[in-house]
Amino acid sequence: MWETVIGLEIHVQLATNSKLFSSSPTNFGAEQNTQASVIDLAMPGVLPVLNRKAIDMAIMFGLSVDAKIADKSIFARKNYFYPDLPKGYQISQYEHPVVHDGKLSINVDGNEKIIGITRAHLEEDAGKSIHDLFDGKSAIDLNRAGTPLIEIVSEPDMRSSKEAVAYLKKIHSIVRCLGISDGNMEEGSFRCDANISIRKPGEEFGTRAEIKNINSFKFVESAINYEVERQQDILESGGIVEQETRLFDPKKNETRPMRSKEEANDYRYFPDPDLLPVSITEDEISVIKQYLPELPDVKRERFIKEYTLKNDDAEILSSSSELSDYFEQAAKTSTSEIQLLANFILSEVIGLCNKNNLDISQATVSPEDIAKLNNYIGDGKISMKQAKEVLSESWESSVSVDQIIKKNNIEQISNPDLLTNVVKKILEIHPKEVQDYKNGKEKLMSFFVGQIMKETHGKANPKIINQVLIKLLKGV
Amino acid sequence: MQYKSVIEILGAIKKKDISSSELTRYYLNQIKEKDADLNCFITVTEEAAISKAQEIDNEISKGVIKPLSGLPIAQKDIFCTKGIKTSCGSKMLDNFISPYDATVIEKLNNAGTIMLGKTNMDEFAMGSSNETSFYGPVKNPWDKDYVPGGSSGGSASAVAARIVPCSTGTDTGGSIRQPASLCGICGLKPTYGRVSRYGMIAFASSLDQAGLFTTDALDAAVLLKEISGHDPKDSTSSNVDVPDYYNYCINNDKKAFTIGIPDEFINDLNEDVKKSFYDAVKILEGIGCKIKKIKLEHTGLGVSAYQVVAPAECSSNLSRFDGVRFGHRSDKASTLEELYRESRSEGFGKEVKRRILVGTYALSAGYYDAYYLKAQKVRNLITQDFNNAFNDVDLILGPTTPDKAFKIGEKMNDPIAMYLSDVYTVSTNLAGLPAMSIPMGFKDKLPLGLQIIGNHFDEKNILKLCHLYQKETDWHIQEPNC
Repeated sequence: MWETVIGLEIHVQLATNSKLFSSSPTNFGAEQNTQASVIDLAMPGVLPVLNRKAIDMAIMFGLSVDAKIADKSIFARKNYFYPDLPKGYQISQYEHPVVHDGKLSINVDGNEKIIGITRAHLEEDAGKSIHDLFDGKSAIDLNRAGTPLIEIVSEPDMRSSKEAVAYLKKIHSIVRCLGISDGNMEEGSFRCDANISIRKPGEEFGTRAEIKNINSFKFVESAINYEVERQQDILESGGIVEQETRLFDPKKNETRPMRSKEEANDYRYFPDPDLLPVSITEDEISVIKQYLPELPDVKRERFIKEYTLKNDDAEILSSSSELSDYFEQAAKTSTSEIQLLANFILSEVIGLCNKNNLDISQATVSPEDIAKLNNYIGDGKISMKQAKEVLSESWESSVSVDQIIKKNNIEQISNPDLLTNVVKKILEIHPKEVQDYKNGKEKLMSFFVGQIMKETHGKANPKIINQVLIKLLKGV
Repeated sequence: MQYKSVIEILGAIKKKDISSSELTRYYLNQIKEKDADLNCFITVTEEAAISKAQEIDNEISKGVIKPLSGLPIAQKDIFCTKGIKTSCGSKMLDNFISPYDATVIEKLNNAGTIMLGKTNMDEFAMGSSNETSFYGPVKNPWDKDYVPGGSSGGSASAVAARIVPCSTGTDTGGSIRQPASLCGICGLKPTYGRVSRYGMIAFASSLDQAGLFTTDALDAAVLLKEISGHDPKDSTSSNVDVPDYYNYCINNDKKAFTIGIPDEFINDLNEDVKKSFYDAVKILEGIGCKIKKIKLEHTGLGVSAYQVVAPAECSSNLSRFDGVRFGHRSDKASTLEELYRESRSEGFGKEVKRRILVGTYALSAGYYDAYYLKAQKVRNLITQDFNNAFNDVDLILGPTTPDKAFKIGEKMNDPIAMYLSDVYTVSTNLAGLPAMSIPMGFKDKLPLGLQIIGNHFDEKNILKLCHLYQKETDWHIQEPNC
């Protein structure tokens, strides 16, 4: 009976080598204040110089969400005091952002939905205040100050936490695919603010609360669910939702007030006189367009068509370029059904990655070897069980799968003549079970298979065993 | 001093008539003798100057001669100088040693100049009399009861008193031309973007421009070439080619300038200033200039627009002085808010606070359109007026200031009267145009200045006209007895 209305503001740290307005490096985790130049420290007299690479990255993003790219974009100062904001203002964009009027399609429970993207603008990140380093004092680390961000602002088009997460994941996969951000949420390279309100369907928008700085997909879902419930409780007990900024506490799984509307800063935006308006030509845009990588949605469609994959598998495999590259590299040399290869990668290879906390790009078994294993299964040369064992050993030792198969003498006996002899032998030494089977105890089938596997040290092809067993048992 | 100009000094050093060390010592002595009274300097860098002069003498003995080898110069204390206190005339930066050199400083150092010290100025360049300085007022060498003008008062007074041969200044609303006029010397404000602003402590970024004080227009021509040009560290600096201003000034091409005189610049003048001005006009007509009456309809709104735009930008530019990373930090603070409030309350003077408050107000939600945006529209109209005028004339002429220097203390409690002393200078900053003030006479033994405004990047013709005028007059070689 309540309808949830959600809009997201996503902050994405751009993967430029240097900062947005200085030549300082942007590496994460360097010793405090070692990546802060006189410009980042806002020394008297210093001036910003735009890193044009960040504009290119914003354009790449804009083109990927079907947005308009401004021909003239302007940087503005957002004025407020905070110790980790050295200039006393953040250089951001107010009017004339680089990107505006885009859209993105998401899929929740099989339903396609379009989410509008109001704008995406460039801005510089602040530094960090550290409160637990010195007793009774706060410390400032300005390494992050000036790191480029794009802030992507959606329309209030999402109606559930599930949609919000789907949208967030989609943006995440796009920026990663474009290579404009590492999307690392733990390091804060990808974080979001959620604007949440509820209303009776058909009515005007309700008063919203803004939940700041949520840095995981799970937290976004929890924060929204908590906030919706909180607002429902207020409205249903006759109260009024206050317009305010709130913080999500993942430990207590709740949101709590940070500042009210009255306490909100007047940022006194005005165009930064130190920076010229940025002009972006059609030529520049078309050059960038030309080098744009294949986007996840297009890739997914291609995977379905080209490899006849299931939609869900294609979706996952296309969500990151590292994973899709791995998959396609393996597919090149695959002689078996590609869907089976996809299954093997999604369950076994991803499983090992997750277990070892590695990214697919760090997988120690090459896609070519994965294709081989899968081909061998298809050819009946090895069993699925053997394949998993070989994979596991190759993962640990980095020895190639062929060498492991050779060294361990792993092969599958698929020759029916060879297996017939083994089957005969087993049936001969288990006359009682044979009799019971014939009397209808068909469950004993697996007993025979087990015995044969034992006799062949697991090398028998189960499919062939079955065929031979049935032939002999029915024939005896 | 036997050498009357930068050009004579450079010639003498080149010919080894005098060494850089001798010259440096001469000026350092002049400063010692006269500056206790004039108060032109915040910092005198005696040791560094002597050692740099020796270095230059060594170079010269090896035949290495740079464009400005051995020339002593004073730098306005708004330019960051590596390892040397850079106060900007404020208690806020009384303890600030800059870790880097401004581009202007770097260029002048590399050209071979000897920095004698850092000159006094209105706090953060906000003032027209040099009375807002944390380091006390500067005196006018023609009469020490009078102000030298501001904000570059120390630089102007020092050149007028001949205790330095030349100096740098900055001009946001007249801060080079007005003190040049009041001190009877040449003050050149180049086109916005001609000279890098990197390392020049920002007051109003869209108006600030570095420039020069000299006694002779040709000296300014020589120096301008060295400080001009694109700087990759300043996005607003220009790529336009830097001509050889000096050779352009002295070549014999007769230039029949068409000069516009705006009604708005002369209508309200007092009789003495008017007389000096028309004497100057006659001289220019005598050398073949054509005079034309023009209108700059919106220039009367200049001070109003300026007093919105400049404080607005300054309110943001001065936010970095928060007591956190450098500058004054209050020891009374125990919370973050107190740290900001107390450090800024103690560190900034009255005029700076006034402008921060005005600017903050002008940018506030609900007032932005009525003040900041409207001021920007006025700015466009003023620029348009000038653009139209330059379709008909080569240069524009007027007095630099409405009157001679005023007494120390006279306008300190009347900010509006103080702001109006920039009435003829602010419009060129709003339009980004180059302009120069040169001496054109005296009123009650205090100098008066003639202002020549040129089109964007047309410094060469301003300088040429000033040179031609100075060939006919001797105002610029008259020295105060101080």
